[in-house]
Amino acid sequence: MAFDKMELKDIEVWDGNFAAAQAMRQCQIDVVAAYPITPSTPIVEGYAKFQSDNFIEGEYVMVESEHAAMSACIGAAAAGGRVATATSSQGFALMVETLYQASGMRLPIVLNVVNRALAAPLNVNGDHSDMYLGRDSGWIQFDAYCPQDAYDLNFIAFKVSEDHDVRLPAMVHQDGFMTSHTAQGVHTLTDDQGYGFVGEYKPMNDMLDFEHPVTHGVQTEEDWHFEHKARQHNDLMTKVMPKIQTAFDEFEKLSGRKYNIVEKYDTEDADVAVVCLGTSVETAREVAKEMRAKGIKAGVVGIRVIRPFPFFEIQEALKDLKSIATLDRSNPNGAPGMLFNEVAGCLFNTDTKVLLSGKVYGLGGRDLTKAHLVELFTELQANVDAGKLTTPQQQFIGVRGPKLSFL
Amino acid sequence: MANKGWDEFEIGAMLRTFDGSIDDIAGTAQEDRSYSESSSYRASVADWRLEKPVFNKDYCIDCQFCWIYCPDVSIIARDKKMIGVDMDHCKGCGICVEVCPTNPKSLLMFTEQADEESEIASWPSKDEEK
Repeated sequence: MAFDKMELKDIEVWDGNFAAAQAMRQCQIDVVAAYPITPSTPIVEGYAKFQSDNFIEGEYVMVESEHAAMSACIGAAAAGGRVATATSSQGFALMVETLYQASGMRLPIVLNVVNRALAAPLNVNGDHSDMYLGRDSGWIQFDAYCPQDAYDLNFIAFKVSEDHDVRLPAMVHQDGFMTSHTAQGVHTLTDDQGYGFVGEYKPMNDMLDFEHPVTHGVQTEEDWHFEHKARQHNDLMTKVMPKIQTAFDEFEKLSGRKYNIVEKYDTEDADVAVVCLGTSVETAREVAKEMRAKGIKAGVVGIRVIRPFPFFEIQEALKDLKSIATLDRSNPNGAPGMLFNEVAGCLFNTDTKVLLSGKVYGLGGRDLTKAHLVELFTELQANVDAGKLTTPQQQFIGVRGPKLSFL
Repeated sequence: MANKGWDEFEIGAMLRTFDGSIDDIAGTAQEDRSYSESSSYRASVADWRLEKPVFNKDYCIDCQFCWIYCPDVSIIARDKKMIGVDMDHCKGCGICVEVCPTNPKSLLMFTEQADEESEIASWPSKDEEK
């Protein structure tokens, strides 16, 4: 091989960005086309450093915008290569047009999204606005809660996305700064283990197969378009989850680290729980444990796969609870909030009598403190005791001024 | 996709230019290639056109400007000689006429209904002003 392998310690101290860059290096990507944006910049910066230090054989393309970055990734994926990039916030927003091209053309691309607020007002800190913006784009979306997850989920994303039964692009989300810039101990795979897990890239209908020329990105009008889109949705709904489960199982065999489509913490005998994403899962777990010492049977449900949304797993996880709150870290702008909507959609038409409320929190990097969560779990217990919601259905957590509540 | 049923497409709205594999496509002239029915070569977009270019070979110097500039690869040239316009794919943009350097021009735009033979018979003469 023309490039060097890197010796890693069993545990390295990495932040989420560097962990993602290392995973990308180990996956031996053919083309990374990237444009930097805070807080995801160190991913592509770190990757570029690996390339200039001869740890990478593939191409690194510097482009003029995020729209161009994803466009170049689409071209490279259609040509028949393993492809990835990274972005955040406004850059992600600029990519949106091409995200739909990638999924509609059924091209496996891995996009690391370091979640950040969307302007205006301009803000570089973490919330889930960009993640939510991508939720109808036809991509698979994985959510990391810490640098270790960001590292591991990159391998899993390539494995699932490139499967010939799937052929859908995948995002790996991590929280801006809270995960991306917070260094923690990360258990590593060796270069051979990492590459062995994702395996050699197997092209499908690639444009560089000169004996079988193909046209990618065709036009279809009312006579064809609906069938293509319906098939894409069908494959997301029926084919992706089993492949993710298989990838999680294989990854556990390789690393000993177990991932679940829905992560349940202390929910078996719980009365109350919060459903959340990202770093908040870890904070909520800590508080739930403390609430148990106070006599409140609290649990936490973390969603690992946001798209396709794990309807059946969520139904199963929540059916015996008495009062739950969804935590949306994105401004719903005139609606209850994505997690509230999806969770309500899971539970409607079922026998569960669980009380559901939705919270909006942490916009623009505002901290979700343990005190906020203590108050929330206490409120959920009050709902259980009263047998009904004791508050409006939608509330804002951690915003100054009079308590904001709606619905 | 002309001959494909709605449930016969491959994922990703991907179309095959040829049925089966091909060999030495670069060394085969376009008219001799066995394009599949789903190839865009088989699809006519002539009805997008409001005006059409008419080629008068009497004045053509085979400079190939039109061949280079045509955005739809619709100028047919063989052995560096201009042969004519692919009227299934020409969309009537007029760029070939614009770039033609001869006097009078060897390509001119006419309405879609114009009769080619009579337009060539009454072709404008050399413009002495230029």
